[in-house]
Amino acid sequence: MQYFTEHKWIQFVALLAVFYALVMAIDPATGGNLWRLQETRFWLLPDVVNDGLKFLINDFWVVEVYDAELDLTEESTMMKEFTRGLSGVVLFSINLIRELLLGGVKTVVAFTSWDFISANEWARIPALPWPAVAAGAFLTGHYLGGRNLSILAGASTIYIAVFGQWTPAMQTLSFVLVTVPLSFVLGLVFGTIAFKSKTFEAILAPLLNVAQSMPHFSYLIPVVVFFGIGDHAGAISTVIFATPPMIRLTILGLKKVSPEVLEAGMMSGCNSRQLMFRVLIPSARHDILIGVNQVIMQCLAMAVIASFIGARGLGYELLVSLNSLNIGQALELGVSIVLIAVVLDRLSLAWANKQIDYLADRPFHVRHRYSLAFLGILIVTSVIAYLASMVFPDKANYLYFIHESQGLSTERFWDFIVDWLITNTYNSVQSFNFFMTTSILMPMKEAYLSMPVAATLFLVAGTGYIVGGLRSAIIVTAFIGFIALTPWWDRALITAYMATFAVISSVIIGCSVGILCSRSPRATKVILLVCDTFQTFPSFVYLIPVIMLFGVSDLSVLIAVIVYATIPATRYTVEGLSNVPQTLQEAGSMSGVNRLQRLLKIELPLAFPHIMLGINQTVIFSLFMIIIGAFIGTDDLGQLIMQSLSQANGMGQGIVLGLCVAFIGLAVDHLIHTWAEQRKKVLGIA
Amino acid sequence: MKFLNKLTTAAAVSSLALGATLAQADSKEPIVIPTHNWTSQITMAYVIGGIFESIGDNVSYVPADSQAVYESIRNGDVTIAHEVWQSTFGKSFNNALDAGGIIDVGTHASVTQEEWWYPAYVGDLCPGLPSWEALNDCAHLFETAGSDGKGRYLDGPMDWHGQETLNRIEALDMNFTAKFAGSSGALWAELESAAKDNRAVVVFNWSPNFTDAGAGGSFVEFPAYTDGCKKSDGGDGKCGSPPAGWLKKAAHYQMPKKWPAAYKIFNNISFTKSDIGNMAALVDVDGMSHEAAAAKWLADNEATWKNWL
Repeated sequence: MQYFTEHKWIQFVALLAVFYALVMAIDPATGGNLWRLQETRFWLLPDVVNDGLKFLINDFWVVEVYDAELDLTEESTMMKEFTRGLSGVVLFSINLIRELLLGGVKTVVAFTSWDFISANEWARIPALPWPAVAAGAFLTGHYLGGRNLSILAGASTIYIAVFGQWTPAMQTLSFVLVTVPLSFVLGLVFGTIAFKSKTFEAILAPLLNVAQSMPHFSYLIPVVVFFGIGDHAGAISTVIFATPPMIRLTILGLKKVSPEVLEAGMMSGCNSRQLMFRVLIPSARHDILIGVNQVIMQCLAMAVIASFIGARGLGYELLVSLNSLNIGQALELGVSIVLIAVVLDRLSLAWANKQIDYLADRPFHVRHRYSLAFLGILIVTSVIAYLASMVFPDKANYLYFIHESQGLSTERFWDFIVDWLITNTYNSVQSFNFFMTTSILMPMKEAYLSMPVAATLFLVAGTGYIVGGLRSAIIVTAFIGFIALTPWWDRALITAYMATFAVISSVIIGCSVGILCSRSPRATKVILLVCDTFQTFPSFVYLIPVIMLFGVSDLSVLIAVIVYATIPATRYTVEGLSNVPQTLQEAGSMSGVNRLQRLLKIELPLAFPHIMLGINQTVIFSLFMIIIGAFIGTDDLGQLIMQSLSQANGMGQGIVLGLCVAFIGLAVDHLIHTWAEQRKKVLGIA
Repeated sequence: MKFLNKLTTAAAVSSLALGATLAQADSKEPIVIPTHNWTSQITMAYVIGGIFESIGDNVSYVPADSQAVYESIRNGDVTIAHEVWQSTFGKSFNNALDAGGIIDVGTHASVTQEEWWYPAYVGDLCPGLPSWEALNDCAHLFETAGSDGKGRYLDGPMDWHGQETLNRIEALDMNFTAKFAGSSGALWAELESAAKDNRAVVVFNWSPNFTDAGAGGSFVEFPAYTDGCKKSDGGDGKCGSPPAGWLKKAAHYQMPKKWPAAYKIFNNISFTKSDIGNMAALVDVDGMSHEAAAAKWLADNEATWKNWL
């Protein structure tokens, strides 16, 4: 008996045995509530949510609004006026930046009116010539980070221009230049409030969890209803998605600041504001900077999805070219998205690391040499562009703007590769496809679908209890119980089957690659760069090639998911292994272990908690991608989420379905976190 | 209800506005036209935008999801929708009509057909097509890994027609299973990959569409559609889709008041099947950008659209 209580694996085996017995004992035909929970009042939840939100936007606190142009008074609600006001501010900021880069009239309209614009043709902001923007990027890079950064920023801008993607890229840039600072500031503010108030943190924590693990598609319709459609709506859904990691990292960073630093600040007589801005935040800057990096990555990762509700730019173009099977073009657009992400990330990092110049009393032209240089280039390029358009009025003006049809393109090359892949590998791929589908995937799906509710809940509760005691058991059972109460239990089982398969494969691939690459510092660097690239590379691009190879099938979806979900598994393995303290490794070597023993007995056990966090991320990533896999064609929760876009009570249904997906992720997240914390304590590295 | 009331007032006001001809000028605020993710719709958006601009109105374009857009039209964030397909968007559109705030602006001249479809080369692989019985006899050609020994029909996303396909397969006792693709992109990818391999496929498709051009293909011929033959309408389900579906236009309920002239034009606009096919071909076949294709179409077909002004 003592052996049983002390060894968790035995408890787990016992749990599985009981689970199996339950599965066998419960008959689908007569099992009733034990097999699947029957219809209850709870099934009305989507309608309740839907009606509640509709009431909030359409009938709650009705106000009269006068429409000057149509000369009539309209009924509106306070909520609508508020959200529309907010949208207006966001939209104005995006348009302002966009029109400085690309030209336009909407900013002018904001201060005058459409009538004024129509009457005065001259009243528009002219677009900057692209060489001026490239020079600006180059100079900014040089100012903030020296030669390497300037080359990276300048070359990326030139790539975008030369490949004829100027308009969509600048649209995306203007979108990101608003969402990133907004998410950053919101994250910092919420993070500091949560740091100061325990209650606020307790309220915020579950909201953050849900916001981070809810599939984006489930809140697209609510955002459209509340905020309208357009760049602002895209921006708002992006902010919802990108702020949580910033908040988390701010809290984490502030908590890590050592009390001595805080006391030193107090002793120097800081007031609470100075303490915050001069002491705490600068000390926490390492984590806050990781937060900024995350915000930038997340904002660009949303570029494609935001285009479903009106965000213009690279994401939208990518979707259109994928839909016309233009894979080469989609790839080029994807590269531009990655470049923008990388450049912004490096620039923001360099900016944060830049020392304040205390020797400010230098002559004007030295202090402002970068601004002056930019002004000079701007004037020169504008004059050249203007002259060129005077001399050759009918010719395309490459020095001002390169249109999509005039840009370079490697499309043919990529299309050729894809063609070649399909014609030459199709047959061998087919036998693989057939084997996977009939021998592994279909039986696995059947097995999942044959799990009775009662047995599954028992398994979940038992796992929770073994891992984290009664508290964990209650938490995870509540998450899964919620799904069981909805009409979508079978759907959720299919999602779970796909997630299980994808996570197991990704973890095997990711950890192996991670372990191999961590053996050499150079490989470590390379693989981290690859991870960064793939994480921002729009995952939509994978969807079409996998269909061409594997058809519209679960296998296609799973391959796309595995490609995407292997990233965190690899990254965390590499990071975990390279963070093992050097002293411990040396201690091991001195005790005479060989390389393999050192890896197995020292490095892996120590890195294990960190790797588990990677697996946790893998689960979240796979769930996201499985939902996106609905674009290929699945029959799980994702299909219903897509369907809810066109349904009358779509808002409520989408949100409840989104919660189901989020709760699967959160249940796993809870178990892994609890377990990793315990391990860390045991290993003394908490 | 409130919206319904508004709608009736708006309709009354609009008929008055139209009756009083163009006494009132169009607002200079831009007319918001949505762009979705297929060629003909995007090109047509720029064509219609170009027509509105020719009478001095401002327009702006916004990318939007093709299902979610009707909610935005109700709210006035988007002004018009110019390609409302009966079977694909009928449900979203009707839901929005019931909720109010959106008006039905009539149909295009083009009728639409939506049915099981196969590329031309499949006709050689399975002689006897396009009859559905011949298709059923060749079911083994359409087998895939997941289809359990039966032929596989690749249907559009489940929300397009849902149960109808499954009902039909059951009613006609066909040796086929249906797999629901997740997006139109998935359909085209499957078609392209099959064509490279000369493999038999039968997928959901519609016309007018870009597949009308090029090597083409044909619709499978099912027993003729009669009113009420569908299972959901109480029939036995042994019939194909209606041969001529509608392609409608929709607008925000305030459009007639705010842009009376543009509304009148929008009301007159009616594209034929060949118009739509040409617009798509300029982009998909000739490789022009959507804007350039629209400009070219407007220049080539001045007689057609000047008529609508």
